[in-house]
Amino acid sequence: MVTLEDLATKAKFRWCPGCGNFAILTAFKQALVELQVEPEKVVVIAGIGCHGRIVDYINVNTIHTIHGRVLPIATGVKLANKDLVVVGFAGDGDAYAIGLGHLPHAARRNLDIKYIVHDNMVFALTTGQAAPTTPKGMKTRSTPYGTVEEPINPVAFALMCGCSFVARGFSGDVAHLKELFKRALTHRGFAFIDVLQPCVTFYNTYGYFRRRVYKLEEAGHDPTDIKLALERALEWGDRIPIGVFYSVERPTLEEQLPQLRGPPLAHRDISDIDVSRAYPRFR
Amino acid sequence: MELSFLIGGEAGMGVMVSGRTLSRAFVRGGYHVFATNEYPSLIRGGHNFYLARVSDRRVWSQVWRVDLLIALDRLTVERHKCRLHEGSATILDSGYADVSVRGIKVIVPMTEMVEEAGAPRVLRNAAALGAAVALVGYDLDLLAAVMRDTLRGRLVEENVKVARAGYEYVVSNYDVESFGVKLKVASRGREALFLSGNDAVALGAIRAGMKVFAAYPMTPASPILHLLAELQRDFDIVVLQPESELAAINIVIGAWFAGARAMTATSGGGFALMSEALGQAGMMEVPVVIVLAQRQGPSTGLPTYTSQADLRFALHASQGEFPRAVIAPGDVEEAFYLTVEAFNIAERYQMPVIVLTDKYLAESHSSVEPFDLSRARVVRGELIAGTYEGPEYRRYAITDTGVSPMAIPGTKNALVKLNSSEHDEYGFTCEDPQVVTAMNDKRFRKLELLAKEVDREGVGVKTYGEGGVAVVVWGSTKGPVLEGLAELAEEGVEAKCVQVVFLSPFPARSLRAALEGSERVVVVESNRTGQLAGLMAEVAGVRPDHVIVKYDGRPFYPEEVRERLAGVIARGHA
Repeated sequence: MVTLEDLATKAKFRWCPGCGNFAILTAFKQALVELQVEPEKVVVIAGIGCHGRIVDYINVNTIHTIHGRVLPIATGVKLANKDLVVVGFAGDGDAYAIGLGHLPHAARRNLDIKYIVHDNMVFALTTGQAAPTTPKGMKTRSTPYGTVEEPINPVAFALMCGCSFVARGFSGDVAHLKELFKRALTHRGFAFIDVLQPCVTFYNTYGYFRRRVYKLEEAGHDPTDIKLALERALEWGDRIPIGVFYSVERPTLEEQLPQLRGPPLAHRDISDIDVSRAYPRFR
Repeated sequence: MELSFLIGGEAGMGVMVSGRTLSRAFVRGGYHVFATNEYPSLIRGGHNFYLARVSDRRVWSQVWRVDLLIALDRLTVERHKCRLHEGSATILDSGYADVSVRGIKVIVPMTEMVEEAGAPRVLRNAAALGAAVALVGYDLDLLAAVMRDTLRGRLVEENVKVARAGYEYVVSNYDVESFGVKLKVASRGREALFLSGNDAVALGAIRAGMKVFAAYPMTPASPILHLLAELQRDFDIVVLQPESELAAINIVIGAWFAGARAMTATSGGGFALMSEALGQAGMMEVPVVIVLAQRQGPSTGLPTYTSQADLRFALHASQGEFPRAVIAPGDVEEAFYLTVEAFNIAERYQMPVIVLTDKYLAESHSSVEPFDLSRARVVRGELIAGTYEGPEYRRYAITDTGVSPMAIPGTKNALVKLNSSEHDEYGFTCEDPQVVTAMNDKRFRKLELLAKEVDREGVGVKTYGEGGVAVVVWGSTKGPVLEGLAELAEEGVEAKCVQVVFLSPFPARSLRAALEGSERVVVVESNRTGQLAGLMAEVAGVRPDHVIVKYDGRPFYPEEVRERLAGVIARGHA
């Protein structure tokens, strides 16, 4: 029986009071408890930024990696042991600036890993610079005259990358976020979730999003239709959709590799591999 | 008896395949072969050549002089006729038979032969191979057998037919006895393998139990990717070509954290991208094996040419200070055994290990006896799997050796927390000055322990021969230097070769011991600034008398080593 207490650590929280990261942590822990996933089976990988401290606050296997490399680390873990539940957490700087190049390829591979992005639309840990999702014209410490670049649309981008599961959550609604995490965790394949996560210190968007978000589940959206999903992804104004945009079953990488059948690679006997079987080609 | 042959032509004429085919025929007949190649970075045109030395004794490198020149185009003759001597022979097609060369000219109507056989023009090379076999009095059936076994359905019978035509043409139209080199089949069905350094690294990784290989294509390391990709299902290995070297090394780190041995392979540019994750592996104490096959830089440099200019880069890449091992094999056999060792060291000491090769070692082929697998054993690190029993698990427990037992995720009662930020024993982020100092000390204790294992003659340093002059080398330069010293010995100069195998931890004590009493210490290396020479002075306190460097992208030749060594010896002390 896995409880919320099992998932707590002794580390002291060092996020700002009211930070959107708390909701993500809480919702994720609740999802693990409701799905009864054993902590030793879970590997959480987090990048650099405020979100990265999540590894200190959750009692599972964790890797606090370098900036932008959450997805390749997660890929290696899953290849080595397909029985592990592998979840990557990244900030918007991690996922959409320095590490964006990994997303299309993780989507193409469709390994059974989960990718949760804490999207607060600003660089927070480095004290408030513009990020790829910062709205155009916003003044930050690195853009005192306002940003001149258009923000990217993470959900539309993920859909175009071919992710088999694409969702958006909001830190202002923990219960909904938990349901999204549960659906992602039970999805067979690569799952991407962008979480609108207000930064109370550098960009407090609670009020802004609370007035605008609506739930796709309540709007009768069909998440198996890529065109409808894109249409919803392009909706960003007075109404902002949250929920599952797209979810389809596709063969995963691990299912397609015969060498991964049987026990995880990490558990194979490597004590005396007969490499001489490869010799004939060299004569 | 010995033969040095060179096959040259444009890219796309099958120069490399024909060179390997002929070499294999000699290996199968009992000969030792060392073969190297040169080619520009393009797919069609330019000038490629394959240079091989065939001998009845073990040979460590190619030689400059050429006994048999097989020219698939005019440019090959123009470029390489300077290598010919009075006893040489040159095989050429009728279209450029007007060139003048030293030695015998053997004009073979290769183009007509392929037309007659109804074969594509590229099979001219088969006619040339047949002619070469006739000229050295070798067994055509052995050549045909190699073609049948290795060409894998690519116009096999046409190749054999054209080769036979070339063979018969030479036998009927030339006095083959006028060419002095004759090779006879000594033993059929020999067990020897014909391997490149890249092949040996890949086989070593398989033997070491590697289960995940991730690499982005980059010359001269790509053949490792190709070979492992072919073998992946035979040995249950996942071979992945990800989006970049950034991804490749992080995949390796993730895999090894989860309990599977893993490796990546690249050249200097890719290694530059891996630098941040190299430090990550050092900080997180995750084992990693990186093959760094050097090519001539800086930047894109000469993508297909050799160099030893990344020694300092391998030793110092990435911010901060952390322990790493850097191992430089000097030949194909060492490439195999030291790759196995690299995996063992990485896992036992939980640190990144760099196997430092170069284009010359990576792509040159040698005939070697099958490996002694009892000398290539898997030695696991201190791993915890299944169920952990003990006090609360600490991934970074401070120990006397610096090595903390490594639990594999999935272990009952042990949660593993890796951290690229400085951390406490549990892996929680920590900035306490005492903890920071203790963790740095712990990590470096591992390097001190490894140094004790490595700083020994026969391991970190290997000495060949005896003499008052000591020639210090690292990596692939060993081959031409050993051959060059053999030539010098014939002139009465006694010198020994001292090979530095481990560059980190640096075997300072055994190097000093190996050089003790030497009248003269000379370093030979393929870079401009004498990187090993500087390292010796810095770490071992040994200042070489002379440094012989080369930085034109080409390997050393024994003749060149002999001449340049004779020059510095004659000049006296620097």
